[in-house]
Amino acid sequence: MTASSTQTPASAGANPDRGLRLLGLGALLLVLCATSVMVGTRSVGWFDISEALAGKVDTIGRAAVTVRIPRTLLAVVAGAALGLSGAVMQGVTRNPLADPGILGVNMGASLAVVIGVAWFNITSAEAYIWTAILGAGCAAVFVYCIGSLGRGKATPLKLALAGAATSVAFSSLVIAVVLPRNDIAGGIRSWQIGGVGGATFERIMPVLPFLVIGFAISLLSARKLNSLALGDELAAGLGERVALARAVASLGAILLCGATTAICGPIGFVGLVVPHLCRQLVGVDHRWLLPFATVAGACLLVAADIFGRIVARPAELDVGIVTALVGAPFFIAIVRRQRVREL
Amino acid sequence: MSSASLDRIVINRLRRSRKQRVLIAALIAIVVAIFALALSYGQSLTPPGEVIRVLLGENVPGAAFTVGQLRLPRAVISVLAGLSFGFGGVAFQVMLRNPLASPDIIGISSGASAAAVFAIVVLSLKGPVVSILAIVAGLGVALVVYGLSYRNGVSGTRLILVGIGVSAMLESFIAYTLSQAPAWSLQEAVRWLTGSVNGAQLAQAAPLLMALLVFGGVLLSRARDLEALRLGDDTAAALGVSVSRTRVIIIVAAVGMIASATAVTGPIAFVAFLSGPIAARIVGSNGPVLIAAALIGAVLVLAGDYAGQFLLPGRYPVGIVTGVLGAPYLIVLIVRANRIGGSS
Repeated sequence: MTASSTQTPASAGANPDRGLRLLGLGALLLVLCATSVMVGTRSVGWFDISEALAGKVDTIGRAAVTVRIPRTLLAVVAGAALGLSGAVMQGVTRNPLADPGILGVNMGASLAVVIGVAWFNITSAEAYIWTAILGAGCAAVFVYCIGSLGRGKATPLKLALAGAATSVAFSSLVIAVVLPRNDIAGGIRSWQIGGVGGATFERIMPVLPFLVIGFAISLLSARKLNSLALGDELAAGLGERVALARAVASLGAILLCGATTAICGPIGFVGLVVPHLCRQLVGVDHRWLLPFATVAGACLLVAADIFGRIVARPAELDVGIVTALVGAPFFIAIVRRQRVREL
Repeated sequence: MSSASLDRIVINRLRRSRKQRVLIAALIAIVVAIFALALSYGQSLTPPGEVIRVLLGENVPGAAFTVGQLRLPRAVISVLAGLSFGFGGVAFQVMLRNPLASPDIIGISSGASAAAVFAIVVLSLKGPVVSILAIVAGLGVALVVYGLSYRNGVSGTRLILVGIGVSAMLESFIAYTLSQAPAWSLQEAVRWLTGSVNGAQLAQAAPLLMALLVFGGVLLSRARDLEALRLGDDTAAALGVSVSRTRVIIIVAAVGMIASATAVTGPIAFVAFLSGPIAARIVGSNGPVLIAAALIGAVLVLAGDYAGQFLLPGRYPVGIVTGVLGAPYLIVLIVRANRIGGSS
């Protein structure tokens, strides 16, 4: 793709340009976070923010800040998880259309949680997360199996089609399970459209260990993904255990998107858009791509959340709606770019 | 060829067409039966005699309200919408030679629905104007999806994927518009995202019927050309069909039907998608698939609404019932297409 992608590992690590870019992206994230705390239905000045951080919440503005801080944190964490899991999924399936939303994995997690709430009375945060991860895993395996039937194994197009169909199917089932139950029907939107509104530290905390493990597994599988990118035969020739590498990397991605869906609901297209943009920035080396996708995912989701709060004032737009509005054209562009023979 | 074998072919053909006529008659009978059931038996049983008297315009105490006000509008709108969805859906599927290319999957229903929501919620419009806007938007979406998937010809799978992307966008637009509405109501949200005949009114039936008659007539008059298109564009052209003109006419007619039904009931999930394949299974793929699919559409909506109201625990809008029915079928279809390599 770019000249840098052909560099040897030694010189790639020493490339100052990428490090600078990563720093720049980090700085952008900080700016976005600050904006996210300040902007909303009511804008808040710096003075009030620092007062609120010190624990004084006498004015409405300061109270708003204390609500916005966990929300921003959640957007950062969720965006990072989705961006990274998208990058890993694209690497594992070698599929430019892979994304936890498009492949139906988020909807699978959502459906599992809804079923758990409706029929198995799960209430604790841990149970939510485990159920969501289980659902995400099942959906991923299911979609991959459907997509790899027939000749040509799992081509991008077959996977995307299988994922989209599964997603539609699951989302009908979610409505069917939720609708007759008045006690949980109020939350129907949050299991159809993901959002980060209403986040609290108490809700975010239990999910962090899962995310940390997911981040670790995913980031550490960068080298394996680089081998897989060469094709299964070549990777095996290099001494990689292909199936194991795939399984481990997928596990990391599923942990990330399952845990995210457990607290935010299904948010699509972040995992699709982010890796593509990052490849433009750093090339195809996963050891750089994955950290970039993590930071860029966080940036994208925080920005989408800010946008959703500004554009629909005084109401707010769930971040899942914003990412779909932004991400779907991107999806179409990628579909268009593929040559028919490749599909 | 000897005259004996020719006779046999003629006899077989006659027999087949007679069988198909019987099947169509049976489908009509099923629609009428469910319609009658939906009119007479709900929370309480209304004797058939009273139902008929209400239909004739008499004022029967009690029954005039339950049948005339509650059940009749619902059943009539269900039948009309079902016919429109089934008819329009199968036209698309036959024309593009792919069951996945139905209007509810490639975003045309979502487009019509988005326009209807926008017209009703933001512009506070009512009546036929909404239908017209929905039709225009449906055509626009069809044009956009077709244009976006055009690249040295349109490949079926690319069209479907582009359509899926477009409908994801439109659905988030619908969610956005509804969130701007004064009060987010679950009823409204469900109607415009998955379809429902709750709150149907008889006044809505007239424009629906009109659209059905006009566009359905156009489609039926093109049925022969549509049959030829099924064989492939080149073959159709060789048979003397003007391919691009036929295609435009069919798209306009099918979208017109689908969109005017969507403007009333919302995009009832998967009815357009399911009707065609079920119809082909019943009457055979070279039978009168168009009519059969329209009737199947009516059966699906009527039965789905009835089941959602009375047969299932809890009350579901019809779109949920058909959605849950259709979703596994969608997956089966993809599995089968993958196995024979159809979508690769």
